[in-house]
Amino acid sequence: MELSGGQGPLYNRTWGIDREEGQTVNELIAASTEPIEVPFIEVPEDLKNNLLVTSVDALVNWGRKSALWPVSFGLACCAFEMMATAMGRFDIARFGMEAFRASPRQADLMIVAGTVTWKMAPPIRRIYDQMAEPKWVISMGVCATSGGPYFGSYSVVPGVDHVIPVDVYVPGCPPRPDALLYGIMELHDKIKKYHHLRKGASVPETAGQSSEVGDA
Amino acid sequence: MAMRELSGAELSAALGQAFPDAVEEYDDTAAWVRPSRVRTVAAYLRDDPSLDFQFLNSISAVDFVEYFDLVFHIMSLRQRHCAVLKARLYGRNELALPSVYSVWRGADFQEREIWDLMGIRFEGHPNLKRIMLWEGFDGHPLRKDFL
Repeated sequence: MELSGGQGPLYNRTWGIDREEGQTVNELIAASTEPIEVPFIEVPEDLKNNLLVTSVDALVNWGRKSALWPVSFGLACCAFEMMATAMGRFDIARFGMEAFRASPRQADLMIVAGTVTWKMAPPIRRIYDQMAEPKWVISMGVCATSGGPYFGSYSVVPGVDHVIPVDVYVPGCPPRPDALLYGIMELHDKIKKYHHLRKGASVPETAGQSSEVGDA
Repeated sequence: MAMRELSGAELSAALGQAFPDAVEEYDDTAAWVRPSRVRTVAAYLRDDPSLDFQFLNSISAVDFVEYFDLVFHIMSLRQRHCAVLKARLYGRNELALPSVYSVWRGADFQEREIWDLMGIRFEGHPNLKRIMLWEGFDGHPLRKDFL
């Protein structure tokens, strides 16, 4: 290897090799690629500054998370905190969720707020089934999550997930509206991760359903 | 104007004229009547103009293990007085006393609740079904011996 160039330390005397290497790389790039035309996509003049390009997932998930309509479903004292969340001080309308629907057919989200008794379990199951896909469930408070202070009682369901699938659990007795809002934001994050052409968009097999379909 | 509370002695004296054998005992707060006479006593308490107990506040049942006490809180808005009527049932099985539904319509749900949770039947009630729990539930959960 012949050193050439300047004087001094070794690194200052290898400019010839460096330039040779650079020329080789440039020649390889020129031989194996074609230049990209600029502009890549021809956008007509009248559409410029009027187009936003995104993925379908991001758009649909954004739409779903930004207008989650809860079904009004208060079972016990947690319902008061849920109502407080909907009122001006905490203001669930910031998330586009102020429209508590009286009909499950117009709602995406079920906030199970309060103690679930076994006598109330069939109506919960029915309301959940009546909600249109996609649908989500927040279990609000320890009673709905695990039975809470009534765990082991003769009449209380030990967690609403025995009856319907749950996305987010919000602990507390009752949770403050801040906690419910945090749970709702966690649900938003979850919705943002859905992929609509993959399995992630489907609703998981529920505890109450038979698994005949899944076994086939 | 304050509501005057009739003592057990006053209630017993008022009932003693019409039903000498109905009152079993009384104390400062309440009078115990024979369970089989509850309905007739209730009708008298409602219809007598000086007593005029036209309003039933509540019925409740208390489990003392050896016996059950049925507690009727009644009041009169016109006379501005109230009283407590009790009935004591011994034993734990096949407990029953006459329904006061025909006297005070508000007894409907409360008698159903007592039947549901305490297991005391009210004879003459038009629709004595469980109200809180579901049909087929085993036992009466507010009894002391329910596990």
